[in-house]
Amino acid sequence: MIGSLSTALLQQIWWILASIVGSLFLALTFVQGGQTLLWQVARTDIEKRLVINSLGRKWELTFTTLVLFGGALFAAFPKFYSTSFGGAYWVWILILFTFVVQAVSYEYRAKPDNLLGAGTYEAFLFLNGSVGILLIGAAVGTFFTGSNFTLNDFNQVTWTHPLRGVEAAFSVFNVSLGLFLVFNARVLGSMYLVNNLDFQGIGEFEQRLRKACLMNLVYALPFLLIVLVSLLTMDGFGIDPAGKVSIVPAKYLGNLLAMPVVLLLLLAGLVLVIWGVVLTGLKKSTAGIWFGGLGTVLVGLAVFFTAGFNNTPFYPSKVDLQSSLSIYNASSSHFTLTAMSYVALTIPLVLAYIAYVWWLMDARKLTSAEIVADSKSY
Amino acid sequence: MEGVDLSMVNWARYQFALTAMYHWLFVPITLGLSLLCAFFESIYVRTGNEEWKRITRFWMTLFGINFAIGVATGIIMEFEFGTNWSNYSWMVGDIFGAPLAIEGIVAFFLEATFFAVMFFGWDRVSKGFHLFSTWMVAIGSNLSALWILVANGWMQYPVGMAFNPDTVRFEMQNFWEVLFSPVAMAKFTHTTSTSFMVGSLFVIAVASWYLLRGRHEEMARKSIIVASAFGLLSTFYVAITGDESAYVNASKQPMKLAAYEGLYKGQIDAPMTVFGIVNGDKKPGDNQSPFLMDVKIPGVLGLLSTRSFGNFLPGIDDLVYGNKEQNIMSGAEKIRLGKEALRDLTAYKKAKKAGDAGAAETSLAAFKVNQQHLGYGFLQKPEDLVPPVGLSFYSFHLMVALFGFFGVVFLLFLLAARNGTLLARRGLLRIGVLSFALGMIGSQAGWIVAEVGRQPWAIQGMLPVSAATTNIGAGSVQATFFLFLAVFTLLLIAEIKIMAKQINIGPEGA
Ligand code: HDD
Ligand code: HEM
Ligand code: HEM
Repeated sequence: MIGSLSTALLQQIWWILASIVGSLFLALTFVQGGQTLLWQVARTDIEKRLVINSLGRKWELTFTTLVLFGGALFAAFPKFYSTSFGGAYWVWILILFTFVVQAVSYEYRAKPDNLLGAGTYEAFLFLNGSVGILLIGAAVGTFFTGSNFTLNDFNQVTWTHPLRGVEAAFSVFNVSLGLFLVFNARVLGSMYLVNNLDFQGIGEFEQRLRKACLMNLVYALPFLLIVLVSLLTMDGFGIDPAGKVSIVPAKYLGNLLAMPVVLLLLLAGLVLVIWGVVLTGLKKSTAGIWFGGLGTVLVGLAVFFTAGFNNTPFYPSKVDLQSSLSIYNASSSHFTLTAMSYVALTIPLVLAYIAYVWWLMDARKLTSAEIVADSKSY
Repeated sequence: MEGVDLSMVNWARYQFALTAMYHWLFVPITLGLSLLCAFFESIYVRTGNEEWKRITRFWMTLFGINFAIGVATGIIMEFEFGTNWSNYSWMVGDIFGAPLAIEGIVAFFLEATFFAVMFFGWDRVSKGFHLFSTWMVAIGSNLSALWILVANGWMQYPVGMAFNPDTVRFEMQNFWEVLFSPVAMAKFTHTTSTSFMVGSLFVIAVASWYLLRGRHEEMARKSIIVASAFGLLSTFYVAITGDESAYVNASKQPMKLAAYEGLYKGQIDAPMTVFGIVNGDKKPGDNQSPFLMDVKIPGVLGLLSTRSFGNFLPGIDDLVYGNKEQNIMSGAEKIRLGKEALRDLTAYKKAKKAGDAGAAETSLAAFKVNQQHLGYGFLQKPEDLVPPVGLSFYSFHLMVALFGFFGVVFLLFLLAARNGTLLARRGLLRIGVLSFALGMIGSQAGWIVAEVGRQPWAIQGMLPVSAATTNIGAGSVQATFFLFLAVFTLLLIAEIKIMAKQINIGPEGA
């Protein structure tokens, strides 16, 4: 059944699927945002433990979504996987390191005899939430600003910049996108904590969180503005009907106008995030995270769709335009895309049990009493 | 394709070996202990006995400490194919990427989601749902093993695909052939069953230590009963799957089998070398004896690897220099044909680029004749086809020897625990503590057999390691090698200290 779809359609479906996974990851970075808020909002030891234990029940989901994002790109767009990971070597290695150290930190931080001390593990969490997200943002930024690679006839990659990917962090656009993601993650983190914790007796802590939500949106705005203005005015990369890649003035503005749905996604997403902040920062509601999370997903989708659709190479090369990767020249074969599409039919099931377990586990807010009583808490 | 920097290839290898071996320190424990936790909790739910709940929670704590670092070392591997083996990722990503993605969708999310319930759900969900979650973590872990080993099995025996000269890559043609390849199934069953052994040995080691100190005796005895019974069952399963692994090696990767058996001259009804000291000076094709000293049983290797008598089993010399009688093509011939295929492929690409349809067609037709030897075209001389014999041989024999030893350990522990004589048998308890380390060594040795024995191929017969790497220069790979080494070692020390402390603290309420 799926096998009778055209290759181009399958390629588009897989770009959408990869975009969904990537956008879900961005929404789930509330974990990373929460990690960087730790010092700022938690004053007492018990407040700290509340934050860590609350995030500690979710970090694996975020982490696994990142792993799946990598796996899905490998399966559906192997040329991107080999070009970007092999080429922009150092930026990816640095990102991975921040996730390696994150993975042990929750479990080891509070355990006796943990060699490095709780402070080090907290620093690991901070590193992951700041440098890790910043570099991910910068890497995504190169979808628009381009990278420094060439591919030969055998599709072997040569990176032409000595920093091997880290140079992405020296572009205003890329860094702004990265910083926007860092602050957005903090916005989401505070929304999540407000939703997840029981503040009985520590109302001041709640106020700090709500304020942090508001303030981090304020910090995020200038970077958002830079990103949006640049995106709408910058020259982009386009593919003409003959398959030739060239620089097209205001390409991404053109994409948004040519695909009004994407523009709508972007605007709706931003409005939802802001509404989430209003609910959390200005009103007494705990529902902000649902709006903030959904809004982030929509913004993420808009970003990925702008980068990949409407005859746009999503991984352009600045130094050799014709080496640029599009969803059409970077994808797997028709057979593999079909097989993977059947596998993807299980995704709703996976989402369903995640949602069910989330609901079941979070039916009661997390209290300080519970953490103190449980000898196994983080 | 241009020449590659060999020192870079080697560093990329060392790095892969390093990270994989670190990952593999934790994975077998996860695979075995997750199931043991599910057993302990099942007993608790059936009997309602709070003692079993304490036992469950204790082992879960150790499980969690191990699991965290297993995840930390795993994420590197997921992306390392791209960072260090990018040419490989492009050449076979069409096939190899799929199992990795499926692993993420169907396995990792099971683990990630239900892990939180397992640890923090005791008072938040019903008893039944908690048990269900523990089982889901165990099943998720073992499902992840399935998919990653399908990927690995495919590298050892590439099936279900064809080369596409236009995209210059291999493309999948049959998903089921990839999934149900006999090599993949052998790998999955052998790896999981041996990991069940390792998990059981872990429980036995910790419990034996308690008994030696006279602490938590009841809990230790109960744990030992379950673990040794599970270990003993796994032993039978390991025998079957290990035999199957060697059997598929004989037909799919004869060079690997010849290397880990130290068999240079092929023969009918080959003997099994039970014990041997490898002659380091021995080179393929010369007349030296492969062993300085050895003990052989006639006929057994031939029987095990072909499952009947009267069959010829090729040795290293036959595979390198050919054997007309047995219809085995020499390595030199394969390399010559492979180089021709490479030349025709390059000519085809050139003609196509120049728009010369006629020339393209001729080159393509010529390429098709020799394309099954394409991978050999990257090699320089037939002796390159031989993997390190000594390392393969010793690793394999160590693994098999340990297998027998573990079987006896499980049996003795089971008997002693049932008779209530455990406390009196201090010698056995000491062996119990030690045997976990041996289990780890056996498991690592198995991977050395599997991976070193497959050299020089990244993908058997198709893509040698030297043509699989990323073109990044030795410096970057070296730097990340030491970075990984430092970070993983630091985390490993932290893990061991935390683990030791928790073992010392013991189950709560005791
Ligand atoms: C036979 C089993 C087996 C083997 C050979 C491997 N792994 Fe593994 N892996 C597991 C079995 C496993 C596991 C038991 O399922 C782990 C350990 C802890 C965990 O979360 O799952 C795991 C963790 C784990 C994680 C973190 C998962 C998470 O998000 O929770 C990643 C990304 C990988 N692995 C990837 C790999 C790759 C790319 C491998 C090959 C080179 C590899 N593993 C070998
Ligand atoms: C199932 C997952 C695995 C896959 C897909 C896999 C794949 C690979 C690849 C691509 C290489 C580099 C190419 C090569 O040198 O042949 C390699 C090398 C190696 N792997 Fe694995 N591997 C896996 C698991 C493991 C594990 C768990 C271990 C360790 C305990 C291991 C041990 C090694 C070693 C020692 C080498 C280096 C051999 C050498 O180059 O001399 N592998 N493997
Ligand atoms: C009857 C005894 C055993 C036999 C005949 C046996 C056979 C084999 C063979 C032939 C391989 C190589 C498979 C390949 O390259 O495709 C292998 C690999 C391996 N062995 Fe064993 N083995 C035995 C016992 C053990 C024991 C006791 C352990 C560890 C506790 C172990 C752990 C492994 C592991 C982890 C691998 C790598 C995974 C794999 O390739 O399947 N084996 N074994």
